[in-house]
Parts: sequence; structure tokens; C-alpha cells
Amino acid sequence: MPIQGTTAAKPIAIRVAGLHKSFGTHEVLKGVSLTACEGDVVAIIGGSGSGKSTMLRCINFLETPSSGTIEIGGEAVAMHTDGSPSDRRQLERLRQSLGMVFQNFNLWTHKTVLENLIEVPVHVLKLPRAEAEARARKLLARVGLAEKEGAYPAYMSGGQQQRAAIARALCMEPRAMLFDEPTSALDPELVGEVLQVIKGLADEGRTMVLVTHEMKFAREVASHVIYLHNGVIEEQGPPAEVFGAPKSERLKQFLKTVG
Amino acid sequence: MVCPPPAQLSSLTLLGFGDCGWGATLLWGFGNSLMIALGAYAIGFCIGVSGAFGKLYGGPVAKDLLAVYTTIVRAVPELVLILILYYAVPALINQVLLGLGYERINLPQFITGVVVLAVVQGAYQIEVLRGAILAVPQGQIEAARAMGMPPVMLARRITLPLMTSNAIPGLGNLWLNATKDTALLAVIGFTELTKATFQASATTKAFFTFYGAAMALYMAISLISILIFARLEKRSRRGQREQRA
Repeated sequence: MPIQGTTAAKPIAIRVAGLHKSFGTHEVLKGVSLTACEGDVVAIIGGSGSGKSTMLRCINFLETPSSGTIEIGGEAVAMHTDGSPSDRRQLERLRQSLGMVFQNFNLWTHKTVLENLIEVPVHVLKLPRAEAEARARKLLARVGLAEKEGAYPAYMSGGQQQRAAIARALCMEPRAMLFDEPTSALDPELVGEVLQVIKGLADEGRTMVLVTHEMKFAREVASHVIYLHNGVIEEQGPPAEVFGAPKSERLKQFLKTVG
Repeated sequence: MVCPPPAQLSSLTLLGFGDCGWGATLLWGFGNSLMIALGAYAIGFCIGVSGAFGKLYGGPVAKDLLAVYTTIVRAVPELVLILILYYAVPALINQVLLGLGYERINLPQFITGVVVLAVVQGAYQIEVLRGAILAVPQGQIEAARAMGMPPVMLARRITLPLMTSNAIPGLGNLWLNATKDTALLAVIGFTELTKATFQASATTKAFFTFYGAAMALYMAISLISILIFARLEKRSRRGQREQRA
């Protein structure tokens, strides 16, 4: 089943196929699939409880899938039959190629912004500290936080924390970025500064999978939109189609309610 | 030199280091108490850290064993535990030694005392540290995991520093307990501060002088410890905003 016919020539960065996920007896994901080629921006939209965050979190195994396959850069994550990862080192290596940005930022509060950025590059990726710091400073300048490198997260606004968190993910030089509702915990006046940074990443051709409530933004940056409802992909396609000419009643209804 | 009857000596002479003074005995006991407390606390901390992680992330067998350990130790009076362990630990070690074909040994009282108190400390520290780990925001642990940080590094570089500020008040309490629990070792005849005080006062009948001195020494450790723990807590709270009650 070709999901994105026009991108067949580009290498596949992330592929999710036949993903099921249950919490106890409650089936949250009922066989969903997703393909993101290099440079694609896939936006996942849907109401609360539709399973969109769970789907994203299954990509890097923050949630353990119940069944299905996950491929990162063409390499399938090794799984036991119950879906749990069977090769810890492989999973760690693959996770290092995915930059994750969370709704609640999740910066390490006992470290300064600069220390947050270089933590994984220095200690996990074994980059020389000077090199990591140079990379980190460049990224901080890019997200507009050059003067904040010595600040602790608790003393920064939500928007600043989220921009720092994006810089932290980029500092690993990941193959793709995963965004889990990156602006949902922000005050409305701080949303813009974060979306601007994400838009910049999309414009430079970064591969991204983005769970978001910002429909206007999804329409603007996404190359492909997936609408999830009750753990099933109800509709998907280029943003112009999904937003401009929705086919399913549910999607029409959803777009009406979220404005 | 023959000392005059203690009743004719001043408190200062009795507490002094002269031929008729008991200062050296008290100080020796004090040193023993301090070393036992330090040793027991340090070993207890190792038990506490590994036990807390074991209880939270270990397999079912490890979890059950740890639950049995913490339940029993915390349910039984420490004095009873000390008496049981005082006889059980050396017997157990000797049994192992004999089983392996070695001679039986007489375990020094000091080592037995440290081990016994460490077993008690460990059980309490597991619970303090487990609570402290649970209070670490899950998202920060998840962030490290999402970036491919291996579990041991994650525990050392993220979880431990983040839980420290939660753990220090409880760990401070346990350290104060450890210094005073050493007094329980008097019942097994070990010369720590309380036993030394007892000897001195029984011989001289100057009860008030010696127990007063012992109290001052116990208080000195406690007050200094409280100051040190306050500084540690302040340091561990770096990056946190001050809470206004």
C-alpha cells in the first residue's frame, strides 16, 4: 500500500507497520502504520484519547508495542513476541538517532541549559566536551537562547524551556525528530516562538513526526497528515486534502470542533 | 600511682586524661561509636541504593526478597535484631567457612557491630531512597531513556542527583539514628560511648558527671551532622526554585 507515492525515491527514515497497543484490556492502537521518508514532516492529529501520543511514543519504545514492527533508518527494532525490545543496545543506538521533544519539556532540572545539551553527546555519544559545547552554543544561538546557557530550567519560561529542549534533541544530531504535542503545555503567547523554531527545522528539510493540536501549523509545515480516531487511521493524505477536502464525516466534525 | 577516692576528685579531674581521669576511656568509646556509625551508615547506604532500585526495577524474586528483608527488619525492635544478628552473623560466617573447609574464626566485635547496624540501616534507607526515586519527575527519566542513555548511566547521572534533595531529610534522620543506635551495642559488651560511660560512672559513682559528658558528646555529633546535612541539602537543591510555604 503506497502511503506517499511521491516520495518513493527518498530513503525511509521511520516506518511503523501494523502497530497494535493495548493497556490491559483497552486497545489504544488497532493496527496503524506510518512511513516517514527523509525530509518528510508527518503530522498526527486527532482528538484526545485517539492514540496519537501513544503511536508516537511507540516509535522509540517509550511505550512497548503489543505487536507490529518499527523500523528506524531501515533497521527493524528487535522485539520479543510480546513486543518488548529484545536487544537493549540496538534500541539505545536507534534511540540516539531520534530526537524526542515532550509536551512538558522534561529538561533535567539539576543541570544548566548548556549541561542539558551536552549531557548525551558527551557521556553517551562520547563526543569531546569542547566539540559538544561548540555544537550546543551554536544550537542555543539558533533557538534564541545564547544568553541562557548558564541558566537552570526552573528559572526560564515554558517557551524558553521548550526551545532549549528542542536544542537538546538536535544536539545529538538525530536522523529524525519526534514532537509530542510540543506546544500543549505552553501559555498561548509562548506558542508562537516554539512553532517558529519547529517551522525552521521543517524548512531545512528535517525529518519529523509531529503530534499536534495546532491545525493551522500542521497544515503549514506537514508533508503528510494522519488523522487518528479511536486507534485507527481514519483518513490521511497531503495537508491540502486532509484539511481542504476531508472525506470522512468524523474528520469533518473534528476539524469543525478544533477550528 | 594510687588514686584518691573518686568522691575527693573534681569533675574536671574525673573527665580529664590524667592517671585518675576517665577522659581517654570516654574518648575511645566515642571514637568507636563514631566509626561504627560511619561504617554501618556507609554499608547501609550501599544496601539502600541497590535495594531501592531493586524494589522499583528488579525482577519478581528480587522484589519479594527485598520486601521480606525490609518488613522483618523494620518490624522487629532493633535491640532484638542486634542480639539475634550478634549471635547469628558470626555463626553463619563460621558455618560457611567450615563448609568451605576453613577454620572457624572469632569475628571482632567491631565488625559484628558494623554489620549488624548496617543491616538495620539498609532496610530503612531502602524505603527512604525508594520514596525519593519515586518523587523524581518521570518525564526527566523518560527524556534520558528516549535519548538512548544506558540504564546504569541513567541511574547515576540523572535519577540519583535528582532524588538526592528528596532523600536528604530522611537520610539525615537515619544518620542521627545510626549514631545513637551504637549505644545498643553496649548490650553485647562492646565498648562504645555508652558502655564506656557506664564503666566510668559505675567505678566512680559520678553518674551525673559522666552521663552529662556523654550527652554532650552525642549532642555534638548530632548538631554538627545537622549542619552538614543542611549544607548537603542546599547543594542538592541547585537548579530548584525556593519553595515558599
